[in-house]
Amino acid sequence: MLSLDDLHVSYDGHPAVVGASLEVPDGEVVAVLGPSGCGKSTLLRAVAGLEPPSAGRISWDDADLARVPTHKRGFALMFQDGQLFTHLTVARNVGYALRVRRAAGAAARVDELLAAVGLEGYGDRLPATLSGGERQRVALARSLAADPRLLLLDEPLSALDAGLRERLASDLGVILRESGTTTLLVTHDQEEAFALADRLVVMRAGRIVQQGPTADVWARPADAATALFLGYARVLDGAPAAVVLAAAGLAGAASVALRRSALTLDDAGPLRGVVLESRATPDQLRLVVRVDGAGVLDAVASPASHAAPGDAVTLAVDPARTALVAGAV
Amino acid sequence: MKRLVALAGLAALPVVVLGGFFVLPVAGMVARGFWPDGAFDPGAVAEVLGRPRVHRVLWFTVWTSTVATVAAVLLGVPAAYVLYRLKFVGRSVVRGLLLVPFVLPTVVVGVAFRQLLREGGPLGGLGLDGTPAGIVAALVFFNVAVVIRTVGAAWEGLDRRPGEAAAALGASPATVFRTVTLPALRPSIVGAASVVFLFCATAFGVVLTLGGSRYASVETEIYLLTTNLLDLPAAAALSVVQLVVVVGLLAISARARRTPDAAVARTTAPPLRVRRSDVPQVVLTAVLLAVVATPVAALVVGSLRDAGADGGWTLDHYRDLVATPDGPFSVSAADALLTSLRTAVDATWMSLLLGGLVAVTVTRRSRGRAERRLRGVLDGFFMLPLGVSAVTLGFGFLITLDRPPLDLRDSPLLVPVAQALVALPLVVRTLVPVLAGLDDRQRQAAASLGAGPLRAFATVDLPAVWRPLLAAAGFAFAVSLGEFGATSFLARDAEPTLPVVIYRLIGRPGLDDYGTALAASVVLAATTAVVMLAVERLRVPAVGAF
Amino acid sequence: MRHAWSGVRASAVVVALAAVASSCSALGGSSEEAGDDEVVLVVHNSFALPDELIADFEQDSGLTLTIRESGDAGELTNKLVLTKSDPIGDVAFGVDNAFASRALEEGVFETNEATWPAGVDAYALDGDLDDVLAPVDNGNVCVNVDTTYFEERGLQPPTSLADLADARFKNLFVTPSAATSSPGLAFLLATIAQYGDEWPAYWDRLMANGTRIASSWTDAYQVDFTQGGGSGDRPVVTSYDSSPAFTVPEGGTESTTAALLDTCFLQVEYAGVLTGAANPGGAREVIEWLLSAEVQAALPESMYVFPTRDGVELPAAWASYAVRPTDPKTVDPAEIAGRRDAWLQEWTEITTR
Repeated sequence: MLSLDDLHVSYDGHPAVVGASLEVPDGEVVAVLGPSGCGKSTLLRAVAGLEPPSAGRISWDDADLARVPTHKRGFALMFQDGQLFTHLTVARNVGYALRVRRAAGAAARVDELLAAVGLEGYGDRLPATLSGGERQRVALARSLAADPRLLLLDEPLSALDAGLRERLASDLGVILRESGTTTLLVTHDQEEAFALADRLVVMRAGRIVQQGPTADVWARPADAATALFLGYARVLDGAPAAVVLAAAGLAGAASVALRRSALTLDDAGPLRGVVLESRATPDQLRLVVRVDGAGVLDAVASPASHAAPGDAVTLAVDPARTALVAGAV
Repeated sequence: MKRLVALAGLAALPVVVLGGFFVLPVAGMVARGFWPDGAFDPGAVAEVLGRPRVHRVLWFTVWTSTVATVAAVLLGVPAAYVLYRLKFVGRSVVRGLLLVPFVLPTVVVGVAFRQLLREGGPLGGLGLDGTPAGIVAALVFFNVAVVIRTVGAAWEGLDRRPGEAAAALGASPATVFRTVTLPALRPSIVGAASVVFLFCATAFGVVLTLGGSRYASVETEIYLLTTNLLDLPAAAALSVVQLVVVVGLLAISARARRTPDAAVARTTAPPLRVRRSDVPQVVLTAVLLAVVATPVAALVVGSLRDAGADGGWTLDHYRDLVATPDGPFSVSAADALLTSLRTAVDATWMSLLLGGLVAVTVTRRSRGRAERRLRGVLDGFFMLPLGVSAVTLGFGFLITLDRPPLDLRDSPLLVPVAQALVALPLVVRTLVPVLAGLDDRQRQAAASLGAGPLRAFATVDLPAVWRPLLAAAGFAFAVSLGEFGATSFLARDAEPTLPVVIYRLIGRPGLDDYGTALAASVVLAATTAVVMLAVERLRVPAVGAF
Repeated sequence: MRHAWSGVRASAVVVALAAVASSCSALGGSSEEAGDDEVVLVVHNSFALPDELIADFEQDSGLTLTIRESGDAGELTNKLVLTKSDPIGDVAFGVDNAFASRALEEGVFETNEATWPAGVDAYALDGDLDDVLAPVDNGNVCVNVDTTYFEERGLQPPTSLADLADARFKNLFVTPSAATSSPGLAFLLATIAQYGDEWPAYWDRLMANGTRIASSWTDAYQVDFTQGGGSGDRPVVTSYDSSPAFTVPEGGTESTTAALLDTCFLQVEYAGVLTGAANPGGAREVIEWLLSAEVQAALPESMYVFPTRDGVELPAAWASYAVRPTDPKTVDPAEIAGRRDAWLQEWTEITTR
């Protein structure tokens, strides 16, 4: 189990990570989520042993790692752009860690890993001849070949285009779960985090603002900014929040975060409003509605409803698509 | 903290060597100038700087070196393109031949140049004999190979795609060169230019031979002041001026070398066939080759001419080389060549070891401004041996390395060490652009896969640096074979190297000796060319395996 | 497994390369640590003697002779001066009469008990009352002319220093720089001996008459002189009285050059024991060896100089073609030591004007 305890890291004199504490339990995938420049990559590099902490402690199973150099930590780091060794073939890239350890049966293991990432028969090719997605798969296989006690992924999918990213994200999830590899992932993409991680750590401006099981964090963002970063469309507080919470049958928070699809057109719904905008998508109608007592909010309706600007409508709130926000704005 | 310790560890050996074999001796000689009779007397030194002759000498040194450096770059860069980016028959032979001037003893080159340029000589019509233009031409002749090899080594591994991308965006070849290629080559061009400038500014034999007593550079002036007049305050003054100028130059060149985006993609792009658009560069290279070949050809012809008035063709001079002469020379030229080669092997491994350590030290990514500055200072520090008078250094060896723990002035180590110090900047300047161009995350990737620092170095740095390393080895070898710099001023055991034998032969009145000296020069040149060719062809199959 | 082996192979290649390199290295072989029986002889860069003579000396004396080369006469002298507190050897050879006074003043040499054979004393340095410096060889720097050049043109060659400034011999003379060359300095001293304090006026005339200044003897003789290796365009050159012995064409009976005996300046090269020598006894033996009949006889062929010892037979070519001046010019060594720097500065002014 990886533990960070009040970790501080400075980069070129500026504090990049401030007082970070977190744990990565064995076999779990933990995602550090945050906007770019929030210090999450520095945190990852500190874990890898590439940046020295200015204070605090990084430990594995209670053993302090301060004096353990990168290559002895047993943490495989996979970069955003793979960083394959261009002069080595795919097979030699993948088998690199095995050769470093002089492991027996390397060739078979390389074939096995290439199969696992869906690249059978690519062993003799050079990285320059591969597509971006293929290169990331090779990088993943290379990292897994190290048999790491912890896998460190630095924005593993963000260099790829959207379609490829989605496909590789699900592959990656399967591979990580099947291999049971303990993983620390940093990303700015909440979907990637949601798809892969068991636990989420949200970072902003060098500090950890929230952490917990992915579903919990999703359900209860620590503050409005976190909620917005997690993909919630709006955060309400005060009277509008009370109105929406009441309509959802919820209580106990001063603020509420709403996903774009939290309000739906429902003849039996408790809220009333007037449609301001309406936009059709293949699946649904996206509306902007002025809701009595709650102000301007997003809503969705079935394409069959034909709601148009100026129409008076009634709306219901789906509690599953809202989140209670702990702190005030 | 640990990083600084690691930095210190890597730099320790080169720093100690440079400290003991350079800083100490030079400081010792300069101190003798400032403390003429044991008492501090800077007045004598200051007085020297006011002399009109000193001003003349300084100005002459600066302007000839500048012109020669610019000319060497203008000629060398196109030639580097032709010799490292284009494919044609005999490419590696030409590359090897271009290093020949670099190793020829200056006394021989001086004689060859004067024979071409003097009134009545083949090129007498140019009126260059005894003019600064003749000196500049000789400086270019000596140093253009530095530009070609340094820039060529960087150009060879340059990714072609950014240029192609620019062309696809509508850039003409000239624009591509100006906006894509040149910025990528800038570190190596600036590096080569600063090395050439230092070589020119401290050129000794060439200026002495071609300049006579009319033209003197700072270096020849220090030589006269030290070896002839024993005017140590004046020599110290000039040495200090040299140091100041060199440090200033290094600061400027370090600034100019710095590129905003250091990571230059390296590939092993195969050389291209010669295209029509390459014609100007090819023509320029051919002209350069002809210019370089003329004095060399004059040497070869001279070595094959019978002495005396009739002047038929003969191989006698070459026969004289192998025969162990009974009288005047205690060694045959063949033995001397062997001694030369041995010394060169030592000088080469020393300079590669030290230069490699320095290059690795200064290119590691710095954390924080202080560390970056420290690395920059180290980088400049190791360039200093090029810019400081060989006379001062050679005499300094004698007066400072005379007691334990540095009782080394009689050591057989001294000559190769001195040569290694001169070759060191060449090695560093060849390796640094390549190492600095590597993405540090490659090393981090290797480390995170379990590779220790050495293994990571072998995986990431070595494959990229292998070919430039060979180029650097060639340089170091050539420097040693040609007996550059301070070695001429060291006291040495009477086991002469080939340049020493040549020097002795040409310094005697006998006509046959003159021919034999030329023959020995040709042998030296040929040996260099052959060694360079062998080095270029060397391939170690296992390299790149990690 | 295969990959692991490639690593082993790579290391083997490296080790093999290192082994090859070290066997080619100069460091391995020549570390003959010398003990008390070593004697170090510091010489100028023109020093040469046959190996057999050196071997004989080592055998007879039981000493190991280490010869260390150290620049030309001027450089050698200045190095000895700079290192006098911790000398670079036991005995030095090659300081000449243009530099000897400086070395004596600076206390570079100490007295020794070496015995001098007959004839040597004639070359002793003026002012060296304790015979600290043993004259080992001598020669004259003389103006040489290409006799064939003047014969072909039916002209009389110059014969004196005055002739060199004569319009008949305009643009024919080349001499090495007095500032950078030892024969160049000797020629300047010859003109000073001849013209006294009027020498600058003579040099003005010389320069006006088209004299070329080369940087070194090699440059003047081998490039510019018509009989030198490079077949130049100047038939009059500053060289040595022995030079004509080397320009006898193969099978010929007459040299193509001649030395002008009224233009000669005597050069004597000395050997002496260095102050603070580790092995002064050995040093003295070296000096006596340098003055021995065998070494003295080898001097002409080895170093192109004449012996100082009486009764040494000269090589045949020397006996016939190397004609020596009977009354070479000299300048008091003390005066040289005192005024040389000023002379050189003035000379440089005149010749670069």
